[in-house]
Amino acid sequence: MIGSLDARLPGGPVEDAWTDHKFSLRLVNPNNKRRFTVIVVGTGLAGASAAASLGELGYRVKAFTYHDSPRRAHSIAAQGGINAAKNYKNDGDSVFRLFYDTVKGGDYRSREANVYRLAETSVAIIDQCVAAGVPFAREYGGLLDNRSFGGAQVSRTFYARGQTGQQLLLGAYSSLMRQVSAGTVDLHTRAEMLDLVVAEGRTAGIVVRDLLTGEVTAHAADAVMLATGGYSNVYYLSTNAMMCNVTAAWRAHRRGALFANPCYTQIHPTCIPAGDDFQSKLTLMSESLRNDGRIWVPRAFDDARAPADISEAERDYYLEEKYASFGNLVPRDVASRNAKAVVDAGRGVGPLRNGVYLDFSDVLARDGADVVRAKYGNLFDMYERITGEDPYRAPMRIYPAVHYTMGGLWVDYNLMSNVPGLFVAGEANFSDHGANRLGASALMQGLADGYFVVPYTVGDYLAGRLGQAGPGTDHPAFGAAVSELNEQIARWTAAKGSRTVDWFHRELGRIVWDHCGMSRNAAGLAKALAEIPALREEFHADVCVPGSAATLNQSLEKAARVDDFFELAELLARDALEREESCGGHFREEHQDAEGEARRDDERFAHVAAWEWAGTGAEPIRHREELEFNTVTPTTRSYK
Amino acid sequence: MNPPKTSAAAPEAPERHPTGAAGTLNLRLRVWRQDGPGDAGRFETYEATGISPDASFLEMLDVLNERLTLEGREPIAFESDCREGICGTCGLMINGRAHGPQKGTATCQLHMRQFSDGDLITIEPWRAGAFEVIRDLAVDRTPLDRIIAAGGYISVNTGAAPDANLVPVPKEASDTAFDAAACIGCGACVAACPNSAAQLFTAAKVQHLNLLPQGQPERWGRTEAMVETMEQFFGSCTNHGECSEACPKEISIDFIAWTNRDYVRAKLKNRKLAGQR
Repeated sequence: MIGSLDARLPGGPVEDAWTDHKFSLRLVNPNNKRRFTVIVVGTGLAGASAAASLGELGYRVKAFTYHDSPRRAHSIAAQGGINAAKNYKNDGDSVFRLFYDTVKGGDYRSREANVYRLAETSVAIIDQCVAAGVPFAREYGGLLDNRSFGGAQVSRTFYARGQTGQQLLLGAYSSLMRQVSAGTVDLHTRAEMLDLVVAEGRTAGIVVRDLLTGEVTAHAADAVMLATGGYSNVYYLSTNAMMCNVTAAWRAHRRGALFANPCYTQIHPTCIPAGDDFQSKLTLMSESLRNDGRIWVPRAFDDARAPADISEAERDYYLEEKYASFGNLVPRDVASRNAKAVVDAGRGVGPLRNGVYLDFSDVLARDGADVVRAKYGNLFDMYERITGEDPYRAPMRIYPAVHYTMGGLWVDYNLMSNVPGLFVAGEANFSDHGANRLGASALMQGLADGYFVVPYTVGDYLAGRLGQAGPGTDHPAFGAAVSELNEQIARWTAAKGSRTVDWFHRELGRIVWDHCGMSRNAAGLAKALAEIPALREEFHADVCVPGSAATLNQSLEKAARVDDFFELAELLARDALEREESCGGHFREEHQDAEGEARRDDERFAHVAAWEWAGTGAEPIRHREELEFNTVTPTTRSYK
Repeated sequence: MNPPKTSAAAPEAPERHPTGAAGTLNLRLRVWRQDGPGDAGRFETYEATGISPDASFLEMLDVLNERLTLEGREPIAFESDCREGICGTCGLMINGRAHGPQKGTATCQLHMRQFSDGDLITIEPWRAGAFEVIRDLAVDRTPLDRIIAAGGYISVNTGAAPDANLVPVPKEASDTAFDAAACIGCGACVAACPNSAAQLFTAAKVQHLNLLPQGQPERWGRTEAMVETMEQFFGSCTNHGECSEACPKEISIDFIAWTNRDYVRAKLKNRKLAGQR
């Protein structure tokens, strides 16, 4: 049983909090740093930047990734950009404004001090990335360009064409490889973390499986940092990469780490609609397209005509009509819910009537195809490659898809979980985005955590551990974890049922999408809570995992990940059921006003829900961390 | 053991996508199967039926793998992750072409509308001495990371950076650096090269940094170290140009020319530095 949740938030004015806190953090003498081993799991933006920075400081770092190379992490697929309060455009941006926008965008469900720190460090991130050779977009004078993104009223987004995540990850990866070359980071590729080892009340290390040989090994460390990303793939279809999973975070949860706000999931409004049952994933079309594209559906139901045959009067530009001031640039959750409403009402477009139009004919007529190509060429090409339709001639079809998860392992202000010595960074933690993340803020958070937060806070933890050697891999806790895992693996490879892992994953995804997707209600969530465990039982009884555990076995890898998704899905539904309010990405149908807008309940729910694992089949325990707003006054978000 | 480079049939121009009766495709697949690095490997033939022309190539393989699993056979191991052409994890030789028939397209972005009903499609792993076959269609590309570790970075510790706008970078230089940096590290250039050289990969990485002011202090050391590390693991470049043709990001072969120029200059400059020591 966990005691009270102490987020260790610094007191005083929010503007000084991080500076003061940094001064209060203990330091480790350079000669002592090399005595400490720090494990970093995951090599996306947060993991690669943290591993590189910790290596530079002189710690002995072991970095683990299940990819063949750190550069493959899913951060690489982020398109749009990265926010920073540089105010290079002289349009009134500031650290405070970025902080304010992020707290508001998160629908007042994040910690003020964390968000302020994020906004504050954003400035240094851009400096760091440029120095490392990230080729951000530039103006003709040679200085950095910015654009407005995702409805922000200032231009604070730095970008590298439509491939900002790729360029930032390549930057962090190159810093990491520099440390690998220098010998400060020991890189383990194709190594998947499958358990966290906790001994004597603190983090002792991890257990990993070599994906090529199947060998299970234990690794001891003085501190462990998870940067293992989000859990969108619990929905099966999402914009996440095929291998993205919750396993590392979930197994840490099963070892005692609290899981916070799992119901906060972000649905991105501009993805290509699903085609058929074999669709393996969904593809995002950058949100920047909403700057110039106009969203509409036919006014008539089940209108099968080609878009060009539908006259202006017969078109419903529903976002522009409903939200006069923000129009097509309303936040992601608002745009998504409105798309769902028109499709559910039978006014969807495309062969399956499961999309809405994103129409560029106005901007094409106004600026010409060349200007549009310069801005969005790669996105238009990508759309055509996938759908076989040319968006220069006909409007794109888009529909919302799961894209990002704000929930994650609970961490304090130091990004340390309630298990001493276990740090969590990037999308894997819950810390900075509240109930909804602003566009271009995921990259910012990953790099803020990895470059500028964890290197300080890990040091503070380790300073308190000087002279106390942690338990080595000969400690019984390691042996127990290794044999438990080997038994699990043996059970999976013995499973020769009648259905594939993917079949179960698809079915699970359908339940979660139907009942815990863009809008949720008590009856649906209760149904999900009944269906998920039933399907999980069937999964254990009837799944087929071909092949052996001693070679590359992708079915085996997936089986273990899907098993954890089942348990997470149940927690997600439970969290959504308990949170009887609508906030950010979490929309409860029972809690809306007469116009269908979300109704938050600050009296009862201005808190973080942090769940404690109580064992398989047992009800998890819900802990609360109250949120206090001393700087920003919570208001109702309005985009009208 | 790796299969020889020339085992695939010569590529033919793909026809536009006439489909079968139900608007779907029925295909025969000749797929390379290999149990592990030590296995000799062999081709096996499978039927893929009822495939939607809107499915991606990898979704077609997913469908086949589900069927194989249910028939109690082992699914075909192949790698992919983002499935939107940016992570560089996927990569198959399709009818003897790296990433298949569509130019500027990674395997995961290739769609079945590029094929016709009744086609026989030959699917093989990347073929190169430096890329050991792990299993079936999956290969080990870690030598590419060794090239980066040799110098594919700018040495700036976290926290040491000056303001981002302190050094203006001409837009042309920045845009060209980006063109090089767009490389996804998939290894198609190596698979397509008759010498199995990784010269396009190396050149893209070298020029991305060498073109930027931030990359100047380490320019000559970087060039020499990266090119020579490439030569340790891979064949040498003899300017065939197959790499650029196969590249899903259409990285220009000009970067190789610029890297060769930088390499010659690096040899002179680095020698002079050595003499001064």
